[in-house]
Amino acid sequence: MTMQKVTNVSPAPMTVATPLKDVNAVAAKVNEQFPGAASVDGGSLIVERAQSVPVARLLRDDPSLGVDYLEDITSVDWPDRFDVVYNMYNTTRQEGPLRMKVKADKADPVVPSLVPVHPGANLMEREVYDLMGVKFDGHPNLKRVLLWEGFNGHPLRKDWKEAYFEEEKKPYDQRWPDGKLVRAEDRVPYKDNIVLPPGFDPSKYTAPGEDNVTLVDADALKKGEIRSDTLVINMGPQHPSTHGVFRMRLRLEGERIVDLQPVCGYLHRNHEKIGERNAWLMNMPYTDRLDYVSSMANNFAYAIAVEKLLPTVKVPERAEYLRVIMAEFTRIANHFFALGQLLSDMGAFFTPMLYGIEEREWILDLFEMSSGARMMCNYLRFGGVAKDPPDEFWPLANKLVNDRLERAIDRFDELIAQNEIVLSRAQNVGVLSRADALAFGTVGPVLRASGVPYDVRRAEPYSIYDRFDFSIPVGTVGDVYDRYLVRIAEMRESLKILRQAIKDIPGGQQYNADPAMIYGGPKGWQLKVPKGEVYGRAENPKGSLGFYLVSDGGTNPYRYHIHAPSYVNIGALNVMCKGQTVADVVIITGSLDIVLGELDR
Amino acid sequence: MFGKGILTGLGITFRHIVDSFAADRRRGFGKNRYLPEGKEHTGPVPGWITVQYPEEKLQLPENFRFYPVLIKDDETGADWCTACGICARVCPPQCIWIVRAKKDDGKPEPRPEQFFIDTTICMQCGYCAEYCPFDAIKMDHRYEYSTLERTVSGIHDKERLTVFQSYYAQTHPRAAAAEKAVRDEKEAKKAKGGRASKEEKPAAAPAAH
Ligand code: SF4
Ligand code: SF4
Repeated sequence: MTMQKVTNVSPAPMTVATPLKDVNAVAAKVNEQFPGAASVDGGSLIVERAQSVPVARLLRDDPSLGVDYLEDITSVDWPDRFDVVYNMYNTTRQEGPLRMKVKADKADPVVPSLVPVHPGANLMEREVYDLMGVKFDGHPNLKRVLLWEGFNGHPLRKDWKEAYFEEEKKPYDQRWPDGKLVRAEDRVPYKDNIVLPPGFDPSKYTAPGEDNVTLVDADALKKGEIRSDTLVINMGPQHPSTHGVFRMRLRLEGERIVDLQPVCGYLHRNHEKIGERNAWLMNMPYTDRLDYVSSMANNFAYAIAVEKLLPTVKVPERAEYLRVIMAEFTRIANHFFALGQLLSDMGAFFTPMLYGIEEREWILDLFEMSSGARMMCNYLRFGGVAKDPPDEFWPLANKLVNDRLERAIDRFDELIAQNEIVLSRAQNVGVLSRADALAFGTVGPVLRASGVPYDVRRAEPYSIYDRFDFSIPVGTVGDVYDRYLVRIAEMRESLKILRQAIKDIPGGQQYNADPAMIYGGPKGWQLKVPKGEVYGRAENPKGSLGFYLVSDGGTNPYRYHIHAPSYVNIGALNVMCKGQTVADVVIITGSLDIVLGELDR
Repeated sequence: MFGKGILTGLGITFRHIVDSFAADRRRGFGKNRYLPEGKEHTGPVPGWITVQYPEEKLQLPENFRFYPVLIKDDETGADWCTACGICARVCPPQCIWIVRAKKDDGKPEPRPEQFFIDTTICMQCGYCAEYCPFDAIKMDHRYEYSTLERTVSGIHDKERLTVFQSYYAQTHPRAAAAEKAVRDEKEAKKAKGGRASKEEKPAAAPAAH
């Protein structure tokens, strides 16, 4: 690249950045190009349905806006309409979120698909279609993704009731004061709870796209050629290296991948519907079960999202430090686990795995001491944490942070990083280019390994992360090996943060918000959250975990949506795997570090 | 040199084997290294020999939580629970079912007639213990509950749930002491405030957190 000299004769119009916070300015900018396309309502950019694709393209391509990162798509069921909500970011200026909304009719909700602009919209739009029934015009593959085709209705609609439906909202009245125990299974016995869509016959049903499981390429055959060498195989759902019940449909030419489609939903439990029945506080232990390897971090993301809706809540200093300490310990534990898994996928069997687990055990001990559970911690509350850690927490935490973990990371790295077999298997395998990483909306170490220095702790600092000195490791190639290196480097950075936090944490017993405000205190379970909507996110070990919450001022969320890092990352699996071999698919999936509890929700 | 990386890795594994063996030797090849004698703290201890469960058990930290239990008084044997229903309402999966006792005249009495926890649903979150204003429900340390069926033994009734307060004070010495201090303080305040009626229900003011 050459530097351009600017002569000062007639200055070309400089691009002045439009701050994304200033939604009115953004709307004005959009209306310049597409008159009447955009308006502003409650801090969101409302875009006319017909114009949403060109507007998204303008937002992305206009250098003064540069909204290049579509993080999340979701929808809200209002009595008179559906809102499709897009949360977008600018990764270079690290701004956002810009919340774009497109309204859809209640009777026949159709909005244009954003896949031509942001390919990462593919899976997220399918999820919205599946759970909310909003159709996306121009979507290349609009099929259900978490549920099966024989599912009746769209469960996130407010008028949909589950088979074991009891009451609209928790707490249920049947429990007290006359709580005659009834098991849910007795209320709706098995086999009576299945309702099929009208005209659906399961015996005649073939899942779409699965009818061509044949040795002969059906398209080629139609054209009169016989090419008998592409083969469709299913990898999973019970496959030892898919890290859970996750299936990939591979189309192979010989040993090479021509196409890969992820098939998920085997662990789907409609977390979001449960979350909308629950009271605000009740969701905290449910978030533990999303990414069950890093429950503390999930709690953190949910807590900060809800606290954004609670303007009066003030988290005490000590609680902020405790939260950061727990979240960073979680990151180390998660990365040890993830890298152990990755190496065992590569064939190193269990040695690195167990070395990683050994260190993780120590960290889980810390969690158990303070929260009472090793994995399902349920430790954070709105406005603080549940308990102050006991006295024996600190010596062990100090020992781990200042001595043991550093050596463990070194040893782990030395054990395998220069191993010639690992190098030849991991380098230049599963390459995700920088542009693709952004376009597919990947998050976390996957995004950073592709060379995008984007970390929510820096881009949108929450809690007290702006106080710590740490750097964001980025990769250069974007291959499996870079994802390995980025995670190792992130563990070291987490240790850095931990050292500072453990040194600086203020004493005292104030670990929860002022009891007068009762958000986490004795009556916190009845918490009413002021009306509003928020997209709050935190940098989880696996990437940005976002909560899109809408409150109608009541004790239960009106809309509770989760942007799950594992889910968006598998959207890029196809581009990473094309041209690779089947054995590489195993390690590429491993390098994404997916957890099915979060992917399927 | 090609192969150097592999050799380094093998070296580390070998060192690990030797270290583990040495650690086992130091502690006499694992005779009762863990509870019931309770010599070791929790946490992975290097060695070839793992914890010989169920003969040996790891020590549990005080905060450890499993299923909830109901507390009854050591002296009177009465339940501390007043059937206020907070735990049943705060429970995220809604697995607590309480029947409040009624006096002969049909008026509610602050005492649970029946108390069920469907432990097949309980997610061990600890909210019931956290939000009970009377310290009447607490998280327990016992964790061996495996059964052959789940429809009957998974549901804990009042009898099965109830433990003496002294049992709780034994498993949770620090928490029990702190809660007692708070209760005593409140009692003292009440005595000073001169509220005479002894029959009065326990104050609805929540325990300090
Ligand atoms: S909250 Fe405590 S006192 Fe109230 S019903 Fe539950 S156990 Fe009983
Ligand atoms: S521990 Fe949680 S899930 Fe279990 S009974 Fe108590 S409140 Fe309910």
